[in-house]
Amino acid sequence: MTTDSFQIAGKTYSSRLLVGTGKYKDFDETRRAIDASGAEIVTVAIRRVNIGQTAGEPSLLDYLPPSQFTYLPNTAGCYSADDAVRTLRLARELLDGHKLVKLEVLGDSTTLYPNVLETLKAAEILVKDGFDVMVYTSDDPIIAKELENIGCCAVMPLASLIGSGMGILNPWNLRLIIENAKVPVLVDAGVGTASDAAIGMELGCAGVLMNTAIAGAKDPVRMARAMKLAVEAGREAFLAGRMPRKLYSADPSSPVTGMIASK
Amino acid sequence: MIQLSINGNTQAFAAPLSLTHLVEQLGFAGKRLAVELNGEIVPRSQHADTQLADGDTLEIVVAVGGG
Repeated sequence: MTTDSFQIAGKTYSSRLLVGTGKYKDFDETRRAIDASGAEIVTVAIRRVNIGQTAGEPSLLDYLPPSQFTYLPNTAGCYSADDAVRTLRLARELLDGHKLVKLEVLGDSTTLYPNVLETLKAAEILVKDGFDVMVYTSDDPIIAKELENIGCCAVMPLASLIGSGMGILNPWNLRLIIENAKVPVLVDAGVGTASDAAIGMELGCAGVLMNTAIAGAKDPVRMARAMKLAVEAGREAFLAGRMPRKLYSADPSSPVTGMIASK
Repeated sequence: MIQLSINGNTQAFAAPLSLTHLVEQLGFAGKRLAVELNGEIVPRSQHADTQLADGDTLEIVVAVGGG
């Protein structure tokens, strides 16, 4: 079996599971879950520092050293292209010129559905500014292609709403996006359990990005491991090529000849 | 004294004050952070040479857990 790695913005990764670092009980649990997931790319948010915070208080970076993981700063909570661009420029300064980013521009606070118009605007500015943009978007194949044409290095359609755990609601749209794309397509948002991740990979996704499905599980570390296995299983099934579906006829698995004689 | 707006809160500081000294006074020396002064990012290499003035608005950000 040949090794199955994939590339984002020219860098090769062996894990196709990307994970968020939010919603964990503490940094220790964050680290243990991420270790169990095998993820090499981890998303982080950019937020105002807490003024008055005690100086020695631990930070996420102490538990997930940027030397060990590829950071993927996001624009979670941004509702305009301007805010998203501003946030990622701060992230680049924060992370010493780091270029790989996750762009997401939200449309409303109830659904957290992406605002694709603002997303397209922000993507254009960021790509021109030299960022490697992995972009969160709706599962609209036309918008996905537009984002690729702008120069995004990965397109990441939602499976369902962020944090909903509703799984892959429109596998056909995902297939359309994957079949038309020349850049990696990753499912981002909506995965609830291991089978959702496996289905995404079986559809031909290059990877899956999730946070709440792991952090929100009763046992996040165990779920992280489940997700690692699911992404691997789904990828293997995709590469193996599933058997055709036969809607109207059964096909016995055992030989039909050599039966003992009926009386 | 100069008034600075830092992350939305106004505070008074003794002048003169460089950005490096402000970061130290806030207890964030050596911490990985990024600073925007009046809407423009100030690269870390320029913190020592950046003098703050009355009425300046700063945003100081860090990386936190997020999805």
